[in-house]
Amino acid sequence: MAELHNPAIEVGHDTHGHGHDHHHGHDDHGHHELNFIEKYIFSQDHKVIGKQFLFLGMAWAIVGGLFSIFFRLQLAWPEESFPILEWFLGSWAEGGKLSAEFYYALVTMHGTILVFFVLTAGLSGTFSNFLIPLQVGARDMASPFMNMLSFWMFVLSSCVMLFSLFIQTGPASGGWTAYPPLSALPQASLGSGLGMDLWLISIALFIVSVALGGLNYVTTVINMRTKGMDFFRMPLTVWAFFFTAIIGLLSFPVLFGAAILLEFDRLLGTSFFLSDIYVAGEALQHSGGSPILFQHLFWFLGHPEVYIIILPAMGIVSEVMSVHSRKPIFGYKAMVFSILGITILSFIVWAHHMFMSGLNPFVASIFVLFTLLIAVPSAIKVFNWITTLWRGSIRLNPAMLFAIGFVSLFISGGLTGIYLGNSTLDIQLHDTYYVVAHFHIVMGLAAFYGMFAGIYHWFPKMFGRYMNSSMGYVHFYVTLVGSYAIFWPMHYLGMSGVPRRYYDFSVFDQFNQYADLNKFITIAAIIVFAVNILFVFNFFYSIFKGRKVTVLNPYGATTLEWTTPIHPGHGNWVGEIPAVHRWPYDYSINGRDFIPQTEALGAGEVDDHDHGSDLPNVGSAIPGKH
Amino acid sequence: MNTLIGIVAIVLIFVIVFQLAKTSELMGILKGDKEGDTSESTNNTHGFLMMFLMITGLIAVFLGWWLVEDKLLQGNRNFTPASKHGDSINSMFWITSIICGIAFVITQALLFWFSYKYRARKGNKAQHFSHDNKLEIVWTVIPAIVLTVLVARGIETWYEITADAPADARIVEVTAQQFNWTVRYPGSDSLLGKREFELISGENSLGIDWNDAKSHDDLMPTEIVLEKNKPVLFKLGAKDVLHSFYLTHFMIKMDCVPGIPTQFWMTPTHSTQEMRDLRGNQEFDYELACAELCGRAHYNMRFIVKVLETEEYNAWLAEQKPFYDAIKATLNPAPAATPAEGTAPTEATDSTTVTPAVENGSVDTEVESKKNVISSL
Repeated sequence: MAELHNPAIEVGHDTHGHGHDHHHGHDDHGHHELNFIEKYIFSQDHKVIGKQFLFLGMAWAIVGGLFSIFFRLQLAWPEESFPILEWFLGSWAEGGKLSAEFYYALVTMHGTILVFFVLTAGLSGTFSNFLIPLQVGARDMASPFMNMLSFWMFVLSSCVMLFSLFIQTGPASGGWTAYPPLSALPQASLGSGLGMDLWLISIALFIVSVALGGLNYVTTVINMRTKGMDFFRMPLTVWAFFFTAIIGLLSFPVLFGAAILLEFDRLLGTSFFLSDIYVAGEALQHSGGSPILFQHLFWFLGHPEVYIIILPAMGIVSEVMSVHSRKPIFGYKAMVFSILGITILSFIVWAHHMFMSGLNPFVASIFVLFTLLIAVPSAIKVFNWITTLWRGSIRLNPAMLFAIGFVSLFISGGLTGIYLGNSTLDIQLHDTYYVVAHFHIVMGLAAFYGMFAGIYHWFPKMFGRYMNSSMGYVHFYVTLVGSYAIFWPMHYLGMSGVPRRYYDFSVFDQFNQYADLNKFITIAAIIVFAVNILFVFNFFYSIFKGRKVTVLNPYGATTLEWTTPIHPGHGNWVGEIPAVHRWPYDYSINGRDFIPQTEALGAGEVDDHDHGSDLPNVGSAIPGKH
Repeated sequence: MNTLIGIVAIVLIFVIVFQLAKTSELMGILKGDKEGDTSESTNNTHGFLMMFLMITGLIAVFLGWWLVEDKLLQGNRNFTPASKHGDSINSMFWITSIICGIAFVITQALLFWFSYKYRARKGNKAQHFSHDNKLEIVWTVIPAIVLTVLVARGIETWYEITADAPADARIVEVTAQQFNWTVRYPGSDSLLGKREFELISGENSLGIDWNDAKSHDDLMPTEIVLEKNKPVLFKLGAKDVLHSFYLTHFMIKMDCVPGIPTQFWMTPTHSTQEMRDLRGNQEFDYELACAELCGRAHYNMRFIVKVLETEEYNAWLAEQKPFYDAIKATLNPAPAATPAEGTAPTEATDSTTVTPAVENGSVDTEVESKKNVISSL
């Protein structure tokens, strides 16, 4: 549809057929030979940018994961000292014993890194960039330059956050939610000094990155679909990325505002979030502000953020499941409308994080209603995934296993959401390990599984080689068993009332009953961390040494990315962009294994997405209908 | 040393896994495995493994629960909440658990069973099955109905718990700060004296306005003592950062917010002694904890709460002396509302009040300047 006039995207001279690409990335464009920096560093190719997001996301995942191991050591063996901690953390772990101050800094950084840098940038950034143009049939994003800026803003943001780890007062330590007054008062905590300023700057830069990326994703999906690619012919991945970008564009700016106001309170003596404070022997002048206002602003992003994290994973899982079951995703339109339903509801449930904050109980009850309502589209999605497997012919490769694992975790973590979304139960469970278990399973692990499914599945498209599947299987089973071993027992801790963010449980009789369980959890965490290092190794090893891809469409998938050359150059297709004639889920139909989207409809054949017209219009908002 | 051995062991396992993985990939290629596809034997292996994981997983979930049940509060069939509203929360928990438990077992079982049953192999052909409106309506409506029930019951209980406290509820004011709690009871007038955060000082940790006569009979005990079966209204606040007033056995949690008063009321139903007998642990105490991250010693804000029978409670109350009595001699100038009680101590108090204030001040400025140096790094 849209031809770009970027010199880097001249494709006419790309003479590669499939099969004789000797060298990764060896695609020469006739007119303008790109040098190394243009091609791999300041690249404007959406595929390269996607990989850059992935590499940086992986680096952050290792850092964030390692931090969790450090603080898990403290929780499992509060009496012991670990020389290795001193080696890593220096004076923060003098004598190998983590200080309380830095324990909280590690917890804060673990949350921030994983939520923003890994599961937002690393997941949505990677796959939205890589897949949207390939799957809607575009040569690149609407604005490749802005796309490049988006990545480099992420790099800048990363640098600021990384820098904050090395300053004398340590990084921010008030939790990833950065609630004031704690985060606003350097007198109240070391981490609320320079570390907090850097945290706020880093997050502000990150939001700029998300906005630049999101604008591109939305514009590309709306304007750059190839001929015949109706909205209802888009794969569910694209739908998911599309709604994710919309959520990000509408919610992240609110956090930007909150961050700026918080910085004003810190630097300029304003009182947006502060009032009546007496700290370090001094009554402060701040007056009239509300700490609860910050929580509203924070969670107005914070809650949609969990959908920003989980929707791309849902999209990836839907696609991977369909391809490897050799079946259409069950209830395609129900899937689309449930994503839409989740998107809308995600904006009106934020205060369920604040039931115990002093919120008006009546307001809380409204949020209970909306929160539990969101379980309906979520349940529909789960049933549809399970039914997609039913009577399939399932290839149990690592990508598919992770997709199944995703559904398993989404069920487990989703059901505990029904407890926490109920304000009555939240009185007791709020801020306990039950919450830790819930959100780690439903958005942390589940999103990671979606990411793994996506990486294993599209690795051949990214690098022209396969990942080693034996290592993939080891990775899957150890991770699955390990992640349940880590997080399932945390429900029991929460049901015993054990609060989260405790450096040491021994102070309380009630919370100090689980020494053995805490050791067990930590050991499981170390094993899972180790096996994910194996995954990283497999990833890089396979880029260079993996089995080579020799056919265009190894999985027999219907979608457009598999019509590009094995090593697609910048511009993706040699010659014209293919037109689309049917929906993306024609599997096992008309006696054929699959029919690609590019194949014209046969005589009398109706595109499947129109089949549903035996019920009223597709515009019906009831997700079940279509 | 142990760390080193651990790391070496992990590296060794890595190398072995890697070598095996490399070999098996080569074997696969030699055997003619089609790229992008999985062989039937691979699917069999992983189908069985998934089935195995599902069965052992479900067993582990219930076995684990059974093993730890005695330690649990919620989810423990013998758990007795120590407050009236705790019973309603607990029954809400059981209802939710039964519904979610059923949904959990069914969906997990189907998910893994289908992965096993429909693995690709000879004689198993995929069926094009893209939607079924009836089925989809059914599984939209059923969760919607179940959730409506949970919402209705949840909100009903919530309104009961958050309703206004009964008029005869005793008032206990709890103020949180880094990293402890200060408690104040109204005296015989049942009213608390005014407070102002600007009046807070070393001696007047709550910033009580001594000019307000209502403050003169207020009690400031060092523990929270409650009367069994008597409603109590906690008036909560914080001086510096957010804290959260968390009484796990009474099932209470409410944030303490600087500048914004919050509250929570309840009726304790078991005295400390009764709970000790019930739990078979004579060391047991009700513990107050902080549940909102408040800084370095957040985990270390333990405070004892005692519930006494009425007679014991009255005896305890009779022993308490108004805080004002203890410090009024040090106040200068003496508040107008108090009758002058001799002039002799005034000279002495002058020095005692002034000196700590100066000390305080200098300490603070020192801290302040240190922080400034740090933050200007």
